[in-house]
Amino acid sequence: MALNESQSVNPALVVDDVVKRFGRGDEVITAVDHMSFDVAQGEFVSVIGPSGCGKSTLFNIIGGLLSDYEGAVKIGEERISAPHPAVGMVFQEESTFPWRTVIDNVAFPLELQGVGKSERMDRAHHFIDMVGLASFEKAFPSQLSGGMRQRVSIARTLVSQPKILLMDEPFAALDEQTRLLLGDKITQIQQELNQTTLLITHNLTEAVQLSDRIVVMTYRPGRVKRIVRIDLPRPRTSDVVGSDAFGHYVAEIWNDLREEASRGMADSESAASRRAAHG
Amino acid sequence: MAEKSGPSFLRRNGPELFGALSLLAAVLVFEALVRSGIVNRFVIPPPSDIVLAFERVIVEENILGRFRDTAVEMVIAGFAAVGVGVPIGAFLYRSALWRRAMEDWIGALAAAPIVLAFPLFLVLFGRSPKTIIVMGFVHGLAPIILKMVEGLASTRPVLINVGRSLKMTSSQMFWKILFPSALPVIFTGIRLSWTFVLITIVGVEYLINLGGLGQLINELAERYDLPGTYAGICFVVLVSVLFFVILERVESWLQPGR
Repeated sequence: MALNESQSVNPALVVDDVVKRFGRGDEVITAVDHMSFDVAQGEFVSVIGPSGCGKSTLFNIIGGLLSDYEGAVKIGEERISAPHPAVGMVFQEESTFPWRTVIDNVAFPLELQGVGKSERMDRAHHFIDMVGLASFEKAFPSQLSGGMRQRVSIARTLVSQPKILLMDEPFAALDEQTRLLLGDKITQIQQELNQTTLLITHNLTEAVQLSDRIVVMTYRPGRVKRIVRIDLPRPRTSDVVGSDAFGHYVAEIWNDLREEASRGMADSESAASRRAAHG
Repeated sequence: MAEKSGPSFLRRNGPELFGALSLLAAVLVFEALVRSGIVNRFVIPPPSDIVLAFERVIVEENILGRFRDTAVEMVIAGFAAVGVGVPIGAFLYRSALWRRAMEDWIGALAAAPIVLAFPLFLVLFGRSPKTIIVMGFVHGLAPIILKMVEGLASTRPVLINVGRSLKMTSSQMFWKILFPSALPVIFTGIRLSWTFVLITIVGVEYLINLGGLGQLINELAERYDLPGTYAGICFVVLVSVLFFVILERVESWLQPGR
């Protein structure tokens, strides 16, 4: 049987017919509606959709932070219903601990696992080096820029060597140039570690720059609209954004997204009108 | 070189220098107002008389012993308030029912003029330092409890999610994320608490005429020694400054990155 774009030969993560509803009775809102896709070992997959389409809900389900859902998110044969050691999460908001230095932030998961001090410092040092912050080990987050702090969070997640790296719009608060350069860093790390990665984003260029496949979501309820394979050459850098092929993918996915984004915008405007009408 | 050191010295020490000069200016204005008769010297003595009274108060009034008495009462009551208030605050943070039931009462306790309840405490604990310490402790408790709850509750949800994603136990979550995150707010509570403790301790010493600096101020006021009274008040301010400097050092030692 031939595989379609939503299936992989050797999936590290399977999202199988996942449904998540919030509220009760007449007020039920379906945030995620029968979503299915998977991520192969070493693959970089992005989930893209307009604001409010249920991306963050999906992130929380895969990360085990939301356990009450229908369907299954599986790692191997195990259904996820709580945070799983195989999944390392990077959050949208800045999440470093301000009272810890960079190295202590990165070594934090190893400290919880009871790894000895010299080993955890060695491992933390390795990942700090990998994200390009070697000269900032003793600095506190307050002394770093937003992009540097997000790199600390990524190093802190990678230090546990998770099977799957799960990121929720990690560059959302950064400017476009920093975002492109951090994209390069992520691509480099992902290729170096052959890291299975699932990125949740609303940024089209970021998704095309980084991904092997992109899952396009519909606006409310969040369903899989289409899965696009990105056949841009690897190793890949941000130089790719100038290529014709890149532009072609961006235009193609935008065609799919435009309708959903327009629905989202219309929905927000009518909600704002209702609020204004009710004073 | 000299050109560079000038502005950097001002940038570093400017605020302190400005503060000291403002204080000096206020003292000189009062001196002028009192000496010119605009302010009655039987209400406020000239600041120069207060400065001259320092030597007399130190030599004749056992100021060091009284300073020590007030400081010891302050340390016992202040640390007891921290030791009891922090666990109560942590408990209230965990239990929504207790928090909703108690928060308003604790807020009311913080606002109450506890010092006026001294006759009750005198009956319970007698005319002894115990009364002073217990009253200071009771008044200092509420701000720590309230700020502990506020600090824990204001922990950024993303940090809690980081802890959850790392499968932290509730004890690890408390000691490694919630408590360190709440520390700046807890220290605000301690500062407020110790202000209440000091006011209560000196006030009760004054009212029951027992112990340290409060009793000294009472005695000097009874003798109508106004410069001495104001010099005594200056020593109370010194106790306050001393504790706040220590607290500031402890705070920056515990939170190096903030």
